[in-house]
Amino acid sequence: MSRWTEEFFIEKGLLLTAVSSIIIIALIIIFIFMEGLPAIQAYGFFNFIFGMDWAPSSGQYGVFPMIIGSLGITVLSLLMAVPLGILCAIFLSEVASSKMRRILNPTIQTLAGIPSVVYGFFGLILLVPFMRVQFGGTGFSMFTASIILTVMILPIIVSVSEDALRSIPQEYKEASLALGATHWQTIKNVIFPAAIPGVITSVILGMGRAIGETLAIIMVAGNVVQIPGSILDPVRALTSNIAIEMGYATGIHYNALFATGIVLIFMIIVLLILANYLHYKKKVTIGGGYL
Amino acid sequence: MDTKYVIGIVVILLVIVGAYFALGGGNNQQSISIVGSTSVQPVAEKLATEYMKKNPDVKITVQGGGSSVGIKSVQDGSADIGTSSKELKSDESQGLTQYEIAKDGIAVIVNNQNSISGLTLEQLKGIFSGNITNWKDVGGADAKINIVVREDGSGTRDAFQEIVLGKLANGTKVSFVKDAIVQSSTEAVQQTVAQDPNSVGFVSFAVVKGTKALQVNNVAPSEATITDGSYKIQRPFFFLVKGEASGAVKAFIDWVNGPEGQAIIKEDKLVPVGQKVT
Repeated sequence: MSRWTEEFFIEKGLLLTAVSSIIIIALIIIFIFMEGLPAIQAYGFFNFIFGMDWAPSSGQYGVFPMIIGSLGITVLSLLMAVPLGILCAIFLSEVASSKMRRILNPTIQTLAGIPSVVYGFFGLILLVPFMRVQFGGTGFSMFTASIILTVMILPIIVSVSEDALRSIPQEYKEASLALGATHWQTIKNVIFPAAIPGVITSVILGMGRAIGETLAIIMVAGNVVQIPGSILDPVRALTSNIAIEMGYATGIHYNALFATGIVLIFMIIVLLILANYLHYKKKVTIGGGYL
Repeated sequence: MDTKYVIGIVVILLVIVGAYFALGGGNNQQSISIVGSTSVQPVAEKLATEYMKKNPDVKITVQGGGSSVGIKSVQDGSADIGTSSKELKSDESQGLTQYEIAKDGIAVIVNNQNSISGLTLEQLKGIFSGNITNWKDVGGADAKINIVVREDGSGTRDAFQEIVLGKLANGTKVSFVKDAIVQSSTEAVQQTVAQDPNSVGFVSFAVVKGTKALQVNNVAPSEATITDGSYKIQRPFFFLVKGEASGAVKAFIDWVNGPEGQAIIKEDKLVPVGQKVT
């Protein structure tokens, strides 16, 4: 085989592997649309998206409360996980001794490895009764769900942010300290701003996991189809809706669950575009290159 | 080096052949698949295990999915036996032979700390449809009633809705109160009620554990009251077969409806029926 043909086949082979992931995503999206569109057509786009009632047994398929539910749980958990995660990452990358890091890093990674059903069960047995006693109501709430999610996405935010913070060139830090800045001033004004794109990536990944999480949420969120009046009200997420009812669904109900999946995909696409835009905006340009 | 390879290959072959026999390879084994109601699943699993012990050449797999899935799977032939925990509509039962294997009571459960020991069907209807919201209205403490229901499509939910909530004058089903907590399994409902003193839920009588089953219209759920029909909230468990049962499937169903099978059903606190429905 000549060098040229070898080169050709390897190039095309690599292209094929890269394209296969796109093909897989395309196939999944096509399938979901094929299964989901009939329901949206039959029930009406606006009725479906902005409908307030989800009662398959009486033919009502409105997903609006669940869109609010998914967004609410995600935003609330990000509000808790992002500050906590970033501060933890700063501690790990800048303050902690290497000995401490050797203990903390594996611990945090273990958190990421615990299966979500375990988090859910933990939440159901311990957190729900605790919340009921502390705040009243049933204990099943948006807040309970977002606490569980916070613990689940924390390791992602911490480890990705920490990588970003540690990849800042040593010279930046040295220059800042040489100018007489304190360690905290250096972190706050030099290291952290330079690492922001990486930190945003960590938040995107965390958000992706939060919005897609299903099992743990089913167990602690209460799964009531309603727009929550407060963070202590039970809600149902889009993902939970699919998982809870898929086993029983037939006919248009089945299609409506796929349509729920379409809504979920669109939400994730919009959030990803938004996050990527921020990521791009915040890139620090230094001397022709950027971090 | 070469001998090492040969030994390795021989060992791998032995393992594969061994696994093949250990997992019951060969074609003389018959398999039966049972799919359907999650309420029927535990007892079906127990029946299958016992039957397989006695008949090692039969392999039975039991899957959940819900009564509708059971009916659908047996209709389209993807399951040998479909299970249902609700009466079949006439269009669903087309071409199916139904065997009622047992009757199951649905128990209304409250937390062990709850002072209430019984409610009437009318009160239950009020509670689950949202007209009664405080325990003091039905003779209990002054506390909000936290209602736990199963998800849409569950056989238990359907049966409970039909029996307790009933229908309006115009024929539409009365729906559950909207802000009721939804849990997607019997176990989760039970767990929720066990840890919340003000909650009320419903589960199959067979699985009540760690919670208190209420009397309904002054009748406590028990085998006797379910058999004679005085305990009102009850439903049938069906095995469904497409056409007429034959071969291994027939042998299994006959065994289930015979004394051995019915004894196992009884152990599960279900009321054995064991008859073909025509």
